[in-house]
Amino acid sequence: MTQSQQTKSVNDERVKQRSRFHQALIRPELGGIFGTILVFFFFFLTARDSGMFSPTGVMNWSVVSAQFIIIAVGACLLMIAGEFDLSVGSMIGFAGMSIALLSISMGLPIWLAIILTFILCMAVGALNGWLVIKTGLPSFIVTLAFLFILRGLTIFSAIATTKKTIIGGVRDAAEGDWLAPLFGGKVLAGLFTWMGENGWIETFSRGIKKGQPVIEGIPMLIIWAIVLIIFGHLLLTKTKFGNWIFASGGDARAASYVGVPVKRVKILMFMFTAFCACIFATAQVMEFGSAGADRGLLKEFEAIISVVIGGALLTGGYGSVIGAALGALIFGVVQQGLFFAGVESSLFRVFLGVILLLAVILNTYIRRMITGER
Amino acid sequence: MTKPIIEMKNIEKHFGSVIALSGVSLDLVPGECHCLLGDNGAGKSTLIKTMSGVYKPTAGEIYFEGKPLDLKDPRDSISIGIATVYQDLAMIPLMSVTRNFFMGNEPVKKIAGISFFDHKTANEITMAKMREMGINLRSPDQAVGTLSGGERQTVAIARAVHFGAKVLILDEPTSALGVRQTSNVLATVDKVRNQGIGVVLITHNVRHAMAVGDRFTVLNRGQTLGTAKRGEITAEELQYMMAGGQELAQLESSLGSTV
Repeated sequence: MTQSQQTKSVNDERVKQRSRFHQALIRPELGGIFGTILVFFFFFLTARDSGMFSPTGVMNWSVVSAQFIIIAVGACLLMIAGEFDLSVGSMIGFAGMSIALLSISMGLPIWLAIILTFILCMAVGALNGWLVIKTGLPSFIVTLAFLFILRGLTIFSAIATTKKTIIGGVRDAAEGDWLAPLFGGKVLAGLFTWMGENGWIETFSRGIKKGQPVIEGIPMLIIWAIVLIIFGHLLLTKTKFGNWIFASGGDARAASYVGVPVKRVKILMFMFTAFCACIFATAQVMEFGSAGADRGLLKEFEAIISVVIGGALLTGGYGSVIGAALGALIFGVVQQGLFFAGVESSLFRVFLGVILLLAVILNTYIRRMITGER
Repeated sequence: MTKPIIEMKNIEKHFGSVIALSGVSLDLVPGECHCLLGDNGAGKSTLIKTMSGVYKPTAGEIYFEGKPLDLKDPRDSISIGIATVYQDLAMIPLMSVTRNFFMGNEPVKKIAGISFFDHKTANEITMAKMREMGINLRSPDQAVGTLSGGERQTVAIARAVHFGAKVLILDEPTSALGVRQTSNVLATVDKVRNQGIGVVLITHNVRHAMAVGDRFTVLNRGQTLGTAKRGEITAEELQYMMAGGQELAQLESSLGSTV
């Protein structure tokens, strides 16, 4: 047999060669990319004159999107590892209350309250994961239980210690703290002042802030979101551990047969989700200066929806952090954009539902192309 | 004859009141394909699961390279070079060929003190190993789900060989495959054997066994019906032993030909 014949016989004639463009296009984030373009296009047409794309407008929807991104990155990695966490929303309320109670009611310094809260939340995350692994129950059920348990504990602890469900005064307590600015602070203030002085961005024309730029700086929330996207993306696609995340969600038994520590991976991902919820909560408490027992309601679904719009498979083993971040961006832009466009706010859900449906249909189609599912 | 790499002596395995294996002996020499035949429930899977450390035998001894072996879990057997390829659990379809190939054994390179998955090396090795086995991948990023069943088995075999398997256990690799895919997998088995690796091939298809087997051990109701060398036994005799004699004889007369 000659060489050419050999190659010919080895190449499968039934597999069509795909063009480079086609290959570059076929990726898990495609649904998210299309959704983002569609959403921006829509609002550019309908809300261009409303100030949505002015510096303050951009900052407005960026902050909201960043909030969604922070919890979506955690939910994304956990979902790829094959599990859900429905207790994210309750965890946000719980973490915020924990910071407020530890600092305001018990008088601990804010930095200690924040660190203790992070430890507490990640311990609860680990407990979630441990229960799922030990009992073999679906994480849906186990974390649903924690959705109620954590919310109940949050309300109870607030009322039992202060007879209130909202605890304020955190901002004053955080004054001069070294850790609090990491969550509630703003960076690049100098840059914005300079841009204001040069007239590139608007400045206040009246009042005590006269002459100062309308944007004081980039909130740490946005920095956290960017850091988490980069961290999550690198972890998932460029490390050994990322391969284990995919493997644990793709087929836990097959993975453990070849030596992947599936249990450790899953428990760590539950802890990471709790960590993300805790970042969200801390930033929120610092921003509002108070903690409320009802904070974070329904956030678990918003995180999961963002992840699914971003192309992840609900059953695990497939997905992308970039996609989840785009999903969260769509979520934030739609929620704030409809407000700018002056649309009745109840239509937000209609719009969101339509985008969710379109993105998932497109994602399913792409995924079948990539993975050869029928 | 070369010294056996793995020897199992009078292995017994009881699950509560059920005796799955009652004194089975089997040995494997490097570079041979030892076919383990038997009908459903004969104890084939139990035997290989004992060999790969999933089950602990109730009684009996296992020797690996002449030394007694005590396996606590599947990772023990993997670390000494006993690799098992399960029919349905070989691969994760959603993941790329490379990601599957190096699952649990990812090559890393350090950038700024952080270990990163070395995709370049991994992709190159995967492409090279698959080419050796006669499969030309479109790209190493291709998801395993796009491969055929036979190709998936081949990836799993190539993976086991690459990571230094001395004993390769194949659990019914051909049972769900078509004719051409089966012959591809059997050809792969032949390549592996020629590299000096001992292969245990579990099947209940006598023709597949006859095609590659050097020795044949038939299990029936948890017992060995003996081991035969290639050329000493015919397919009909193997078939007869597998079905435990009489029942098959009746079946044959009613069907008028071999099953």
